[in-house]
Amino acid sequence: MNRFKMEKVLPYVILSIIALCFILPLLWVLFASVDMNAKQALTIPDKLTFSNFTSILSDPATIRSFIIGLFLSGGQAVLVVIVGVLAAYPLSRYSQKYKKPFMFTILFMTSLPITAVMVPVYQLFIYLNLQDSLVGTMLFLTASGLPYGIWMLKNFMDAVPLELEESAWVDGASIWRGVRRVVAPLMIPGICTVGIFTFTMSWGNFFVPYILIQSPDKFPASVTIYQFFGSYGMVEYGKLAAFSIIYTMPAVILYIFAQRFMSQGFSLGGATKG
Amino acid sequence: MYRSIFFLLPSWILLLIFFVGPILLTFYFSFTNLALTGAQAQSTEFIGFQNFVTMFQDPGFRISVLRTIVFLFLSAIIGQQVLGFLLAILMKGKNTTFRRTIGIIIIAGWVTPEIVVAFCWVAFLSDNGTLNMLLNSIGLESVAWLFTFPMISVCIANIWHGTAFSMMIFQASLDDVPKTVEEAAIIDGASKFQLLFRIILPMVKGSIVTNMILVTLQTLGVFTLIYTMTGGGPGNSTQTLPIFMYNQAFVNYQLGYGTAISLVLLVIGIIASLFYIRSMKVQI
Repeated sequence: MNRFKMEKVLPYVILSIIALCFILPLLWVLFASVDMNAKQALTIPDKLTFSNFTSILSDPATIRSFIIGLFLSGGQAVLVVIVGVLAAYPLSRYSQKYKKPFMFTILFMTSLPITAVMVPVYQLFIYLNLQDSLVGTMLFLTASGLPYGIWMLKNFMDAVPLELEESAWVDGASIWRGVRRVVAPLMIPGICTVGIFTFTMSWGNFFVPYILIQSPDKFPASVTIYQFFGSYGMVEYGKLAAFSIIYTMPAVILYIFAQRFMSQGFSLGGATKG
Repeated sequence: MYRSIFFLLPSWILLLIFFVGPILLTFYFSFTNLALTGAQAQSTEFIGFQNFVTMFQDPGFRISVLRTIVFLFLSAIIGQQVLGFLLAILMKGKNTTFRRTIGIIIIAGWVTPEIVVAFCWVAFLSDNGTLNMLLNSIGLESVAWLFTFPMISVCIANIWHGTAFSMMIFQASLDDVPKTVEEAAIIDGASKFQLLFRIILPMVKGSIVTNMILVTLQTLGVFTLIYTMTGGGPGNSTQTLPIFMYNQAFVNYQLGYGTAISLVLLVIGIIASLFYIRSMKVQI
């Protein structure tokens, strides 16, 4: 009887301990952000204050970095979805000789580490006179997100029955119109999954803008938070924690929003990790 | 036919310029003495295998390869993979509310952007941080974690950030193991360990291999976490290949040499990607 109980209880104990270890570093950010006298160690604040948040949000430089971040990641997500849906259409609808090698190349590209190509990308940007250009950076980010986007969107499109489209054609719709009016609306879950994944990955991306953008007034939030980290000499912990929380929020909100689509996305495989 | 070209054109242009282009450039630049400043910046020359000769004689390169292997082994294979599997298997069939709570806590680390992860862990492990506070409260001495155990510190941060991914992959594949098979094994008198090693593990072997390759590829490219936590230091004790590449290309301005290092990273990535595709057994 005793042994039986142990076996039942033990997993709960182990899981609770692991979860406690996981939550400790996070608790600090939450507490420090509402504490005027935040220190490095986890402390319960004497009284709650939102002044850390208000001082971060009233700084025009911070607001600008968030807008630039939104522009880069949002623009990338929209472009990946549009270009990806276009590319997925012939790959899903027509059977062609080059389709198989193309899809394998795409799958292969999804898993290559982007870190490895950043030095040549930097050189390419100098050559194309795109260094310090936000649009250029966005285009590079789009290309790096495309393999995953095309792969996923093609799989989602395969699930949309061809018959529906054919009946639209019979009614006189062009292929182009069929894609916009029939296929795209039925793929909304897929489009959301790809868009949200793309956005979240690039929102958290520090390395690419850090290499490709030089002027501090063009830095997205991911780079400003690093500078903040360095230049404040880790003194104003409360503000840093507040910045971290505001910066993390879009990723969390989108994750929660995307969760119901996520399970579909996962079973389709591919590099879902950025 | 022309229609499908029209549909594919935008993606081809973007991929060729910004994806295939840089990969081809990696092969080319790694054989040049391309530099960011100085005379070499004006006249770049083809120097054959010089960069690779320098690289293999460079103790900094050799130590970086070693650091990368340690980082991969500790944080990706042992950490994320084993811990992720342990979490998934322990959570299987537990109380739903409990399961969900644990799941949210683990996933929170995954959703957090890498740079915030770095920041959380620097604060947690710092001299006056939470960990030392806890140690002091049970009467132990403070430890300068980031200075004394820098490699362990970045590994733990990477495990914290990445484990949720493995956990979710394993949860999905464990759910696919038919209940009847497990029940039959238990009726036949299989112990918990026999059930795990003889029945469950062989059945989820495929997803273990796929996940291992994906996690390895992802960890191979980790730059932000290490760069922002330790900057590759103290000394060069956390200098993995991406950090070494960055230092040579952008701190020492040797772009050609930096590219040769990134070619090594790329080749490792290409080999792992090929294994990944083989393990996927996809239908197209």
